[in-house]
Amino acid sequence: MSPTNIFTPASTPAESIFGLSIFVLLTVAAIFVVVFSLLAYAAVRFRNKHGDDRSEPAQVYGSTQVELAWTVIPVLIVVALFLAATRVILAVQNAPHPPGALEVTVTGHQYWWEYRYPGLNIVTANELHVPISDPAHPTPTFLTLLSADTDHSFWVPRLGGKTDLIPNHPNHMWIDPHEKGLFLGQCAQYCGTQHAKMLLRVYVQTREDFDRWVHEQQQTPQAGASVGERVFRSTACVNCHTVSGTPAKGKFGPDLTHLMTRDTIAAGAAPNTPETLRLWIKNPDAIKPGSKMPAMGLSDHDLDAVTAYLETLR
Amino acid sequence: MSANTIALTESPARPLTLRLHEWATTVDHKRLGILYVLYGLIFLVLGGIEATIMRVQLIRPHNDFVSPEVFNRMFTMHGTTMIFFVAMPLVFGFANYLVPLMIGARDMAFPRLNAFSFWMTALGGLLLYFSFFGGDGLYGAGSAPDVGWFAYAPLTAKTFSVGHSTDFWTLSLLSSGIGSIGTAINIIATILSMRCPGMTLGKMPLLVWLNLVMAGLVILAVSPLSAAQLMLIVDRYLGGHFFDTQAGGSAVIWMHFFWIFGHPEVYVLVLPAFAFASEIIPVFSRKAIFGYPVMVLATIAIGFIGMSVWAHHMFTVGMSAGANTFFVLSTMAIAVPTGIKIFNWLATMWGGHIRFATPMLFCVAFLFQFLIAGLTGVTLAVAPLDWQLGNSYYVVAHFHYVIVGGILFCIFAAFYYWFPKVSGKLYDEALGKWHFWLFVIGFHLTFDFMHVPGILGMPRRIYTYEPDRGWDTWNLIVTIGVVFQAAGILVFAANLVWSYFRGKRAGNDPWDAWTLEWSTSSPPPEYNYAEIPSVRSRRPLWDLKHPEDPDWRYE
Repeated sequence: MSPTNIFTPASTPAESIFGLSIFVLLTVAAIFVVVFSLLAYAAVRFRNKHGDDRSEPAQVYGSTQVELAWTVIPVLIVVALFLAATRVILAVQNAPHPPGALEVTVTGHQYWWEYRYPGLNIVTANELHVPISDPAHPTPTFLTLLSADTDHSFWVPRLGGKTDLIPNHPNHMWIDPHEKGLFLGQCAQYCGTQHAKMLLRVYVQTREDFDRWVHEQQQTPQAGASVGERVFRSTACVNCHTVSGTPAKGKFGPDLTHLMTRDTIAAGAAPNTPETLRLWIKNPDAIKPGSKMPAMGLSDHDLDAVTAYLETLR
Repeated sequence: MSANTIALTESPARPLTLRLHEWATTVDHKRLGILYVLYGLIFLVLGGIEATIMRVQLIRPHNDFVSPEVFNRMFTMHGTTMIFFVAMPLVFGFANYLVPLMIGARDMAFPRLNAFSFWMTALGGLLLYFSFFGGDGLYGAGSAPDVGWFAYAPLTAKTFSVGHSTDFWTLSLLSSGIGSIGTAINIIATILSMRCPGMTLGKMPLLVWLNLVMAGLVILAVSPLSAAQLMLIVDRYLGGHFFDTQAGGSAVIWMHFFWIFGHPEVYVLVLPAFAFASEIIPVFSRKAIFGYPVMVLATIAIGFIGMSVWAHHMFTVGMSAGANTFFVLSTMAIAVPTGIKIFNWLATMWGGHIRFATPMLFCVAFLFQFLIAGLTGVTLAVAPLDWQLGNSYYVVAHFHYVIVGGILFCIFAAFYYWFPKVSGKLYDEALGKWHFWLFVIGFHLTFDFMHVPGILGMPRRIYTYEPDRGWDTWNLIVTIGVVFQAAGILVFAANLVWSYFRGKRAGNDPWDAWTLEWSTSSPPPEYNYAEIPSVRSRRPLWDLKHPEDPDWRYE
């Protein structure tokens, strides 16, 4: 089964859309069956069987009663669908903001996701961690959606509908996942060359696991003095990437402070292993052609050293 | 026979250069109509090749048939080509050819504006495709445009689109937009002032009514698009900041400008398709159209409501709940007049003696397919469903259902129906049926199954996808359908060419039809009618053929 099926919702917005979609689909299916049958009947019943009947049928020019009937009935159906839709629009868009809610600011970049937790002082990338929300004591997550460059769209189908990230136009959405696990999605608004590999990963954790993750992310790693760290600091890496507690303060690329706590690199395009990490630094186009990460042109020795240094960022 | 036969046999004897010169300088509405249609067919092949490249790339996950850059150019060029340089020229071509004939006129109101408009449209298409050679300018930054056919800001800003590909896209749409507005003005003027004696507005064939509303929509819809293109040029070259978000411009304003064009554009294309169905279904059912006044009112209603639904393309951009509900209601409202039309066509068939020649086959398939397209449209009008399905393959499947299953099927019907009039020859019925069945199979393989990956979370415009998403089998089936569609198009082209040279003579009125164009010779002489006809009803030829029971007694 598909991990991104909109018909397997696991969060209130996705569930209310699912409920509404069943009502809408049943309605249009009923209309389809009726009109399809009439059309099929007319096409079969009134066909000129052998093509030899040259007589003209009775000419009928119209009928006010019939016209009225097939105007009024569709109007009633439209009203019903409209009311159902409005209910869900208001429920999702005007949802109250409970005190236990988690706030996350999502910034879309070509072609990766930046996540900031303002209340928790956490900055991370590409893998969003949120706590599970118990319907009895809801702890939803409210997302503020920004863009650093072009339009993007945040879409994790099992958690909710998509909302666009548009520069100069902050947007909002919320999710309250009811089960733990990994939820997948991807950018749903064309944003440039690597739109296809701007993947979304949302880790829904139990409260304890989430708190542990928060604690881990709040630590500042020990600055070392390895060869790899020297290479990292002395190349252009620091212009784009941040490693907190070090001079690396770049904002253009993902924050690498806790890189090793992430399962993937390159916005979900590859697993986070020493081999892919090394390949990514050496030749990003091998993993994600057209990404904004430049090939650094390091020697094999420096590549190994930088990879080893990155492996220490936990 | 006599006068026209002489004209026919005389022209091929003249040297080729002279004949080409005649075509290039013609102001005859029939020749311009044919030029529009041939132009549209050439671009149909180009747009089809682009679609095929995309489908080959998506046949399996992590395929590397083309690079992401090439894929992004393909979907941009495919969309732009199919809308602006296939659908629009075909629609205008038929309107140009048929409207004066059907209202008993000798030409359009402004023949030279007509020629100017065609050549502006032609220039637009050439500019778009010249980008493959000139688009990278001095930057080496890639050739054809790759910003998507709705070219959302700020991806079109100099920062994100270096080189000149976006400029070629902009100029191309600006040029063809001038052509479209010119033709629209011409169609309106022609219909309002060139009708033959007796043809009041209420006695015009439905095709003429629908093209009148279509032309009105073109003026309302293409003008803001052209304005937006000019603003984009100002942004890119004159230091403007309309859409430049880095300097405080608004990306959302571009969306409004584009979709106030983009959605009425759907009706610009579908109304002429309805027009073809409204002529063909009655003739092949052997009955007058059911509910003519209601059909006219429904058309006008579609025109009005069609101007107020554009932001249903923007349910995910963060509009207020109030705005979202408004556009849900206006979008659903349009289903009512559209439904009325389907019911009236159905009632026209009801009790008739339906002849399933190729034009009617395409029209009946259109009815079934447009029903489905309309219903998936209703599902997308429900904003919360659009939050899930918007920008997914479900939307791609939906609008291809409208444009291919609805509009293109009607255009094929129109090709077969009026081919005898335009060429003077009958097409080959067996080949026509081959085309129909191949295309029906291909269409349904491709576009029925395309809904599913959308429901399973597949966004559009991705050059590749992950293997674990459950999308691969669906995409394989979708791609297989392309083979059947391509085969259908080949049979269609072969039929047109073969029948043009080898087909039997058609005579004036091969379908025993009722509108004025069938009263003149096939092909019609340059002046259309030796004597301007006069009419007393909506079906003047019915009146002639049935003097004992004429229509004007009942209208």
